Amino acid sequence: MTEQIHAGRGDGESSSLPTSRHSPPPASLTRAFTSLTIASLVVIAGWYVFSVAAAQAEAIGSAVRWLCLGAAALSPVLILPPIAALRDSLAARRKWAAGDSATSRIFAAASRGRSLGTFGYLGAYLPVLFIVVVLTANDGAVRTVFLSWDMVTLTFGGILRALMLNVQIAVVSMLIVLVLGLVIAIGRLLPGKPFRPIRALAIAWVDLFRAVPAIILIYLIGFGLPLTGIPVVADQSPVVYAILALALTYSAYVSEVYRAGIETIHPSQVAAGRSLGLSASKTLRIVVLPQAIRRIVPALLTFFVGMQKDTALVGILGLVDAFAQARIYSANYFNLTPVVVVCALFIILTIPQTRLVDGLLARDRRRKES
Amino acid sequence: MALIEIRDVRKRYGAHEVLKGIHLDVDRHEVVSLIGASGSGKSTLLRCVNALEAIDGGQIYVDGDLVSGPGVDVDRLRRRVGIVFQSYNLFPHMTVKANIEVGPVHSGGVARPEAAQLAIDLLDRVGLADKADKYPDQLSGGQQQRVAIARALAMRPEAILLDEITSALDPELVAEVLDMVRELALSGMTMILATHEMSFAREVSHRVCFLSEGVLLEQGPPDIIFSDPSEPRTRDFLQRVISAGRL
Repeated sequence: MTEQIHAGRGDGESSSLPTSRHSPPPASLTRAFTSLTIASLVVIAGWYVFSVAAAQAEAIGSAVRWLCLGAAALSPVLILPPIAALRDSLAARRKWAAGDSATSRIFAAASRGRSLGTFGYLGAYLPVLFIVVVLTANDGAVRTVFLSWDMVTLTFGGILRALMLNVQIAVVSMLIVLVLGLVIAIGRLLPGKPFRPIRALAIAWVDLFRAVPAIILIYLIGFGLPLTGIPVVADQSPVVYAILALALTYSAYVSEVYRAGIETIHPSQVAAGRSLGLSASKTLRIVVLPQAIRRIVPALLTFFVGMQKDTALVGILGLVDAFAQARIYSANYFNLTPVVVVCALFIILTIPQTRLVDGLLARDRRRKES
Repeated sequence: MALIEIRDVRKRYGAHEVLKGIHLDVDRHEVVSLIGASGSGKSTLLRCVNALEAIDGGQIYVDGDLVSGPGVDVDRLRRRVGIVFQSYNLFPHMTVKANIEVGPVHSGGVARPEAAQLAIDLLDRVGLADKADKYPDQLSGGQQQRVAIARALAMRPEAILLDEITSALDPELVAEVLDMVRELALSGMTMILATHEMSFAREVSHRVCFLSEGVLLEQGPPDIIFSDPSEPRTRDFLQRVISAGRL
């Protein structure tokens, strides 16, 4: 209501004001009130949730308890931005009434920005609150089932040792995939009639191994090949079959990534290479691939991370990888903390790889620009 | 005998005939300019001579050797006849020096140290010795095009095809590239250039050819073509160029 009167002042009742020909400031008061109301409700909820958490935390340790109490005490900070928004909105009103339309608009814009900012803070705060609620529900049952520190210290070493199998399978598979994927991609891009069968084979490979779920392929190869009794083929360890199955699956994905990368290189680059008398294969190797691979490194990493996670499927062959080891612990102690430990380890494994690739790409860019 | 002989060359893209039987002989040390509207077939003709496009009819000879049709070693042809493109087409992942070395090393059978020396000499010649370790993206368009010329020269070609090499350049950068071409012409390099730079074509070439809709309509010494063309369509074209302030 207030806002309408406010806005109407420009052309209605006070048309004698010097500001009558100036555009009015954007509406800000309703927004400021709304953000203040919602922020106040959230602060009350947050204060309550953290107080309950602090009471429960006495069982865990004083550090967690002080953390909860601190969070409860700090919650009211969230109503400062909407209060500032309200202050700015009122200032905008005063300036408009005084005929200073430009300053009025600046204050109104600042107020709207602060109101929006309030919703941003609340959007970040509410998930935190939700997690705390989940952890404290049913007298902290979730916490003891998934996040028991005693379970972590008991099982961490064993899980970490088992994780080495996942790492080994992932690294060997990826090395195979990087070569095999490229071979398939090139096979699919070979031009002309003589290569038609090769292209068909490459397409069939991708269609087949991209479609079959990795876990089924691991099962088929891991249990099937030993049954064939063929010398060498039937005598490998389950680790070898797991590596083979993952390599087949991911070679299909990665070959598509290579192909996409190669196709982004403009034909004029090929023309330039060929015009120097380079053969088609040398042009591919010297001109096209180095550029294409730089572009697909982030996508390759995504698939490498996907493959690392899929190593958790090899447990169906009876291999004791990190996940299988964690399941054994979980079944023994009726507690899922060991599985959460596996998740944490996968996260810890992945993040440095992402940062490494980002760093390498940034270095490459810097080198070309400076 | 002419160094490059183009005999009744035809090229079509689907139903569209881009070259409708072109005849053109280019002598050793001769500079020939191809002029004509966009789409008249200038670039296509150059790309056909370099075998970047396969021709659909006719023959092309270099030094009496048939270089069109099946069974021709196109890589050998391209070592003899270089090309410089409108959009430079330098390799962005290589330094300027590496761009120049890649042809001699991987195609010309030149040893690396020799190719490195050749690259330095050529960069000196095009006035970019200080840019040897830069990447193409760090250079201006004019500098990139000069590197592209050096890259083509590194193959020690018998002839060079210049495909509208100043069309992608800002006006103030055109001169530095044209200076290079002028110097090449003086050194006796055989060149065919497709160009929109009429005054430059007039100044540098021994012969000017006017192409229109895939046909070589008229050719002759630049003074004749530019001041007294016999074909009405050549006159029309030049009139349009003059009224656009480009001649």
